[in-house]
Amino acid sequence: MTRFWTRLIVVLTVILGINYVAWRWMASLNWEAWWIAVPLVIAETYSLIDVMLFGLTVWNIKFRKPPPPAPADATVDVFITTYNEPLDLVMTTALAAKNITWPHSTWILDDGDRPEMRQLAESNGIGYVTRGADWTPDMPRHAKAGNLNNALMVTSGEYLLILDADQIPEPDILDKTLGYFNDDLVALVQTPQYFINVPADDPLGSQAPLFYGPIQQGKDGWNAAFFCGSNAILRREALMQLGLVGYVKATEKSVRRALAASRTAIKKARRSAEAENPLVEQMLNEVEAATAAAQQELEAGASLSEITYRVRRKVDDAVRTLVAADFSALQSDLEEIAAMELAHVGESGVTTVASDAVDRMSGRDWSPLGALESVHAVLDAISVERTDEAQPIMPLATISVTEDMATAMRLHGLGWKSVYHHEILANGLAPEDVKTMLTQRLRWAQGTMQVLLRENPLVQRRLTWGQRLMYFSTMWTYLSGFAAVIYFAAPIIYLTLGILPVNSISFDFFIRFIPFMVVNQLLFLVAGHGIPTWRGQQYSLALFPTWIKACTTAARNVWFGRPLGFAVTPKARQSGGPSWSLIRPQIIVAVLLAIALIVGLIRLLAGMSEPLGTLVNVAWVAFDLVVLSVLVKAVLYKGFVPEDVGPERPEERNADAV
Amino acid sequence: MQFSYEVKDSYAEVKSVGRLNMVAAPKLREVVAEVVAGGSSRVVVNLAGTDFMDSSGLGALIGCLKAARQAGGDLRIAEVQPQVKMVLELTNMDRVLTAYPTAEDAFGDD
Repeated sequence: MTRFWTRLIVVLTVILGINYVAWRWMASLNWEAWWIAVPLVIAETYSLIDVMLFGLTVWNIKFRKPPPPAPADATVDVFITTYNEPLDLVMTTALAAKNITWPHSTWILDDGDRPEMRQLAESNGIGYVTRGADWTPDMPRHAKAGNLNNALMVTSGEYLLILDADQIPEPDILDKTLGYFNDDLVALVQTPQYFINVPADDPLGSQAPLFYGPIQQGKDGWNAAFFCGSNAILRREALMQLGLVGYVKATEKSVRRALAASRTAIKKARRSAEAENPLVEQMLNEVEAATAAAQQELEAGASLSEITYRVRRKVDDAVRTLVAADFSALQSDLEEIAAMELAHVGESGVTTVASDAVDRMSGRDWSPLGALESVHAVLDAISVERTDEAQPIMPLATISVTEDMATAMRLHGLGWKSVYHHEILANGLAPEDVKTMLTQRLRWAQGTMQVLLRENPLVQRRLTWGQRLMYFSTMWTYLSGFAAVIYFAAPIIYLTLGILPVNSISFDFFIRFIPFMVVNQLLFLVAGHGIPTWRGQQYSLALFPTWIKACTTAARNVWFGRPLGFAVTPKARQSGGPSWSLIRPQIIVAVLLAIALIVGLIRLLAGMSEPLGTLVNVAWVAFDLVVLSVLVKAVLYKGFVPEDVGPERPEERNADAV
Repeated sequence: MQFSYEVKDSYAEVKSVGRLNMVAAPKLREVVAEVVAGGSSRVVVNLAGTDFMDSSGLGALIGCLKAARQAGGDLRIAEVQPQVKMVLELTNMDRVLTAYPTAEDAFGDD
């Protein structure tokens, strides 16, 4: 029944939304003030698409029944990921994890490599994993994804329950979820992230009831429920398959690059004077023949291990002959090359090895011997061993600082299914101060934008259109920062300068705008079954500087290889008084809005502007100020006091909704 | 799952019998590491007795390939059974590893 009403309202929203925005584009623009009129109508179009994507999400909302029991012999590893969280916090989670009733092994994945942590784990009979010997300092670490990928290689459970260090699991978390895997195609079961240290009014917008509710349930209906990094159960086989497919892809790509680079290196070597030396010339001929043959073999479909093995053997032989001929001359070149870093790691943890190393190797003005050695070095760096990574198989995606979304998207691309189980089965801790909260939101947004820019879901051929749009929808929401700026600017411009972005505020405007707004709010009300969504709406506008920063830094990172300036979210509250400086842009906007109110009233009294336009824009400014006011509350928030009664825990942990 | 190995003239042969899955994968890594550490970096994994392999098993093979290559040798596979062949194709791993008919053939050209 809910589904019927939801769909009806979705249809109405789309019709009324298009009716309004089409009219805005075609009949309402004030072209004399195009510099604000056009941005505003674009922002409104953005918002319409946003709500249409939300409508599409809830169109297929899925209310699941509890799964059948899982086979009794299903084996599970419980992973608790930690980096620098306090030891007692980690142990609380680890001991709760140990108490999970389904038979399992519990592991603490300590990326901080802390001896005290190891000792605590061992004395409590809990497994302890840190990075193995392959993770040398020159290898990219890939943060949490790397931590999990490392642990996958030394454990063997069929299923993996992944928990952040602060997410305390219920004993029945596996009993409630493992049964979904009876469907052989299910790779992921995600449960909600719920925070127990949040007061009823949720000043920092920590709970995400709309996301861990209608949005995930809607995505689930499109077989696109997201992996959210914690409180999720994954099928090892699916992850390993992802790792293998990724390995083959990366290897083939780097072999092609290596071959291309070696040809460039040979060409360059030929142009230098030393190439007149008959021995050198002969060597270059041999290597060129080898790489050309390899290229042909590659096109003919020979296996990469054979191709690389043969080429490298030939190159090795050639180098060895040269070394014998002119050992002392080579020695200095070798030292020079040895001193050169082959693989380098971006701060974001994203490798840029191939193109970079290749460019550097081919770009420098090597002597013929050096050039030959550089061919060797390129092939050495980029081969079937995947020497640019600590381990060849990297199941969790490393293209983004938030490994979860990219991993889920790739799993879906391989044809696996995911499940959203709508029942709180773990209790976590949310940030308790603005600074930490902003860091966390920035990280999520940056990670999401990295995925959009690196693996745009809209062009992933192996995803269904529903899945593509579900991923795109979440990415789209993070563009809201740009729209917010325009929504703040437009009423300020009218009230202070009297410039209206529309032809006139008239009956035509109200008859189109108001029904759309009403049905829009109704959609959130019905789809959300009355769950509080206002806090989320406030934050999506109020954090506009964070969203914009996420977009620009992610773009710079993906396109120009710049670091993100990424920080791990601290779990402990940051000390110090209210930090107003963190929200300086918002304060400036609020002051401008207030000034606009005063100037607007003066202009009205002076007869310089029309009453209706002023009224609409005053209402708009008031709305903007109410939105921004959430930040005052957030900055003044002094952290969670246990006496506060948190938002009422859904009865029976939402069991009825499952 | 059982692993045994035999050092021959120009290579070492590792025989894998049973299911090469997530449970056996770490064991395979250990065995091959032992063989390579013993000085035989040219390794053939004979899969005649391996009737089932999962992605973790394949992952272990790649780990072993890396270990052998880093020691200056190579790792090859032989006598692949139908299910394993299917898994190799499913994951595109046949792009990387050539399946040789017999262990003797594996290093036949080299």
